[in-house]
Amino acid sequence: MPIEPTIKSRPIYGTLSPQKGTEHLLIADAEGAQAILDLAKSAPEGFFAAAEIVYIPRASGEGHVAALKALKPARFYDGPSIAAALPRLRQTFATAHMGLRVYLAGTEGLIGQAMLAATEAGIDYSSIQTEHRGSLARRVQCVHCKGVTEDVTTQPVTCAHCGLTLFVRDHYSRRLAAFQGVCINAEDRSEQVPVEEVFP
Amino acid sequence: MSAGTTKLDVTVADVVPVNDLVTRFHFRPTAGGLLPTFSGGAHVVVEMREAGRPPRLNPYSLMSSPLDTSEYTISVRRDDVGRGGSLFMHRNVRPGDRMVVSYPVNLFSLDLRAKKHLMIAGGIGITPFVAQTAQLAAEGGNFELHYACRTASLFTYGDLLQERYGKRIHLYHDDRGEKIMLDRLLTSQPLGTHLYVCGPAPMINWVVGRAAELGWPSENVHFEHFSAPQPGLPFDATLAVSGKTIHVGEQQSLLEAIEAAGVDPPYLCRGGVCGQCETNVISYDGKFLHNDHWLSEEEHRSGCKIMPCVSRFEGKSLVLER
Ligand SMILES: Cc1cc2nc3c(=O)[nH]c(=O)nc-3n(C[C@H](O)[C@H](O)[C@H](O)COP(=O)(O)OP(=O)(O)OC[C@H]3O[C@@H](n4cnc5c(N)ncnc54)[C@H](O)[C@@H]3O)c2cc1C
Ligand code: FES
Repeated sequence: MPIEPTIKSRPIYGTLSPQKGTEHLLIADAEGAQAILDLAKSAPEGFFAAAEIVYIPRASGEGHVAALKALKPARFYDGPSIAAALPRLRQTFATAHMGLRVYLAGTEGLIGQAMLAATEAGIDYSSIQTEHRGSLARRVQCVHCKGVTEDVTTQPVTCAHCGLTLFVRDHYSRRLAAFQGVCINAEDRSEQVPVEEVFP
Repeated sequence: MSAGTTKLDVTVADVVPVNDLVTRFHFRPTAGGLLPTFSGGAHVVVEMREAGRPPRLNPYSLMSSPLDTSEYTISVRRDDVGRGGSLFMHRNVRPGDRMVVSYPVNLFSLDLRAKKHLMIAGGIGITPFVAQTAQLAAEGGNFELHYACRTASLFTYGDLLQERYGKRIHLYHDDRGEKIMLDRLLTSQPLGTHLYVCGPAPMINWVVGRAAELGWPSENVHFEHFSAPQPGLPFDATLAVSGKTIHVGEQQSLLEAIEAAGVDPPYLCRGGVCGQCETNVISYDGKFLHNDHWLSEEEHRSGCKIMPCVSRFEGKSLVLER
């Protein structure tokens, strides 16, 4: 399902395609593996010999690990969570040279957090390839307690930190790699708002 | 006078020969005080007035430190085969002369988010970097300059830059066979480096081409051409909006001919890079000689647009939306 741009800060994603470069870092989670496998179809000779794949299978992706390894990347890493992979990514960026190209695919949470690490290392966000695949689940930051709730699929959502009922806005912060969640029943906390699954 | 090119009255404070080809000019505000602030990479358009001919308007990069706006300095390389603007500067301009220059315009600015600035200069293309390095040094910025020139005697500001910045300056003498090891240089830069190049067109094309090939995103690559209008066959053009027909002489640019007819289109660079003078073509019968670095190849082929500061036309008729 394509993501429709609503307001300016809402990220828009594309389709991964091989770029000219001396090294390639491909980061994906869950269904994002499929985007890498699709990119491989048009990748030039030698592309994966200069590539590193960082993959977070999550619930749905274990089946893709073998297919990704079969691309024979120079390095392959799979980890339990984005949070666990981030220090490694930061280390890679810190020692990398110009010519490294970055490709991100999968959930918005993965794309956003990896993008943040990449831009902090000095990569211009418009030179990073992104492709959204799989779940529309969002990373949401509560504007009240600042806590981040991962994998939000409902509207509204209960803040995992302070328990407020949050309306998930389309307002997205690149700096936080999260959408904004604002208390929906601030006037009357006892008011019950129906919860719907809107980010499947 | 055109949008964005507000003028400044200046007095020539000093004229300093630098070497056989290059002379430096210092301008101070005639009314006293300070000149407008600028950032490294900016240029001004210098008006050269001579009795009996339309003024010459040539762009020159500011090479003085952006931290000192008590004066602007430019360095002009003598060009014996051009239309005489640089020769006029060398031969006619004396201390005490009053001149008019435009407000500074920067089409080659530093990206200050860069983790490092890698600069590559050829010949007189060094001028914007003299200002940029002064700006970066004051801010504690990380930079490295690679500068190629034909011979030691023409190494304009090579010594000065080495004196100021030591090992950050790398000089390459063509006549000693010294060459910039471009691929090695481009593949060994830390992530977040921005690349800047100014010099002869073949050098710019070489550097920009290798950078793209080696995976430098275009966002990180900046360049400036010191282009000038090229002479060509004379032609006529009709200005549909102002209802005039003009003749463009062999040595004249289309922009200059439009101005001579009393129409003032906007401009900033007069070198085909800023995009200000972009003009719609209403109809034509003939072929365009596009010399700009602004329009896309597709736009060049479409025959719908022309940059009159540097581009020409050959053919039967040309009607412009001016
Ligand atoms: C943004 C910008 C910044 C610049 N900064 C600097 C600077 O800092 N220092 C500097 O020295 N220059 C700079 N220039 C170049 C400068 O503006 C002039 O082009 C240069 O000084 C030559 O001027 P000119 O009038 O003598 O010759 P121009 O008429 O401008 O001619 C320049 C070139 O055009 C060709 N040409 C023009 N007329 C003829 C003809 N009749 N026959 C054959 N060939 C011809 C020749 O190749 C000639 O060498 C800059 C240009 C730009 C666009
Ligand atoms: S004046 Fe800048 S492109 Fe023509």
